[in-house]
Amino acid sequence: MNLLEILSYGFIQRALLAGTLIALLCSVLGVFLVLRRLSLIGDGLAHVTFGSTAIALALKLYSAMSLLVTMPIVLLASLGILKLTDKGRLSGDAAIGLVSALGISAGIILASVGGGYNVDLLSYLFGNILSIRSEEVVIAALLCLGVMLLLTLYYNELFAISFSDELAKVSGVRTSYINAILVLLTALSVVLAMKLVGIMLISSMLIVPAASALQLARGFKACILLAALQGCSSVVIGIIISIMSNLPASASIVMVNLLFFAVAFLTRRVLHPKSNN
Amino acid sequence: MPGEIVSTKMLSCSYREGRVLEDISFLVERGDYVGIVGPNGSGKSTLVKALLGLITVNSGSASLFGSRLSDFRDWHKIGYLPQSLHLVNPVFPATVHETVGLGLLSRKKFPKRLNKSDHTKINITLEELAILELERKMIGELSGGQLQRVLLARAIVNDPELLVLDEPTAALDPETRDRFYGMIAEINRSRGVTVLLVTHDSGAIGEHASKMLYLDKKILFYGSFDEFCCSPEMSSLFGEHSQHLMCHRH
Repeated sequence: MNLLEILSYGFIQRALLAGTLIALLCSVLGVFLVLRRLSLIGDGLAHVTFGSTAIALALKLYSAMSLLVTMPIVLLASLGILKLTDKGRLSGDAAIGLVSALGISAGIILASVGGGYNVDLLSYLFGNILSIRSEEVVIAALLCLGVMLLLTLYYNELFAISFSDELAKVSGVRTSYINAILVLLTALSVVLAMKLVGIMLISSMLIVPAASALQLARGFKACILLAALQGCSSVVIGIIISIMSNLPASASIVMVNLLFFAVAFLTRRVLHPKSNN
Repeated sequence: MPGEIVSTKMLSCSYREGRVLEDISFLVERGDYVGIVGPNGSGKSTLVKALLGLITVNSGSASLFGSRLSDFRDWHKIGYLPQSLHLVNPVFPATVHETVGLGLLSRKKFPKRLNKSDHTKINITLEELAILELERKMIGELSGGQLQRVLLARAIVNDPELLVLDEPTAALDPETRDRFYGMIAEINRSRGVTVLLVTHDSGAIGEHASKMLYLDKKILFYGSFDEFCCSPEMSSLFGEHSQHLMCHRH
């Protein structure tokens, strides 16, 4: 099968379109999350998505309809992580761990009560981008548009809180509000990305493009652009490799992302051999 | 009061370990250059953070530019330079130009976008501090002294009326430190900016500051540097010999 043939299939076009949009969201948000030391929030929220998907399946809500249950729960969980960090004398990683444990255990109990793990729930563990439906692509596109619009409007405030919360506050930035926007946008993106790479690999979509961009970028805007470029390219290359080699799409996307990271890391070591930064 | 920039009345702050500041009352007027000094753990940084609303005040009150702290919104009037070593993530991917630009956000309404004149303003500020050549450098590539100047540029780029500096010279060698204090004194004189500067180095700041506030959980002294040097309370605290060294080293 050649490349043109592959690209002529509707399900592959849908996968490429939705995957690129989701990767764009994850990689841009990932830069802010990594710099705010909230890298693992993707894992935590993915576990909550697993729990909430179990609820949706128990209510016989499938595909796009399941978002009616998962979205509000995951959005609330993201605010819960912020609240625990702010008021619970917990660091961000401990708060994420708590919410994550709640999400995954709730999912396991619900799956067990509901008659064991079924195929739908398992598909959320490892993702299945090639089975994405047209309505899910439309939802991904609309959400992507909304999230990117908000990221553009709040770009400088997000930049400021990523640099320093303390300095941002004294510059009149409402840090609690901007933090809430960041985690809410992350929650939306995680729910969407579940279909792409699944719970097990979701944080790689958020972390790896940002980690690669941090190796090479000369400037904050450049860092975001590099991360977005890597995130989107990894999805396209990963999906094509998975079709041509009959490999799982989610793992292929992640492996391409990791390969990009290795190249960025080595390039930095070659260009700046004495740099520790 | 028209010239009132900072005012506190019976301000107290506590951490879990106990009370850090007790009954702090003082007034800073327009154009003052106040050196806040005292031993380690005396509450100097806590006082600055309380004044900027970064930590909760347990009792008493503070006001900035005549507004109660809880009602204060004119953040563009304030430039803040924290202890930079604790602040800057060495891998943060920002250029010097981008970092200084963050100082302009306090003057911006939603959406806080920088325009062409803002970028010109950033370059003018960098030039004033003689660091324009660093404009495209990443902040992780700077030396301690360069980083300090960049963060100072960030603090003054929005033309603040009050500049608050928390141990800005802790990581600098004595020569760079003295140059830095001179630079702050020049900003105070030429721009009429009121300065609050926290330091543990009473002697070095004395050359420049118009007032000294000696703190050890409570205010032990607040007045001019000359008064500080003649103060019998300070003599009994430091011993006459140490006070003499501190006051006559310049």
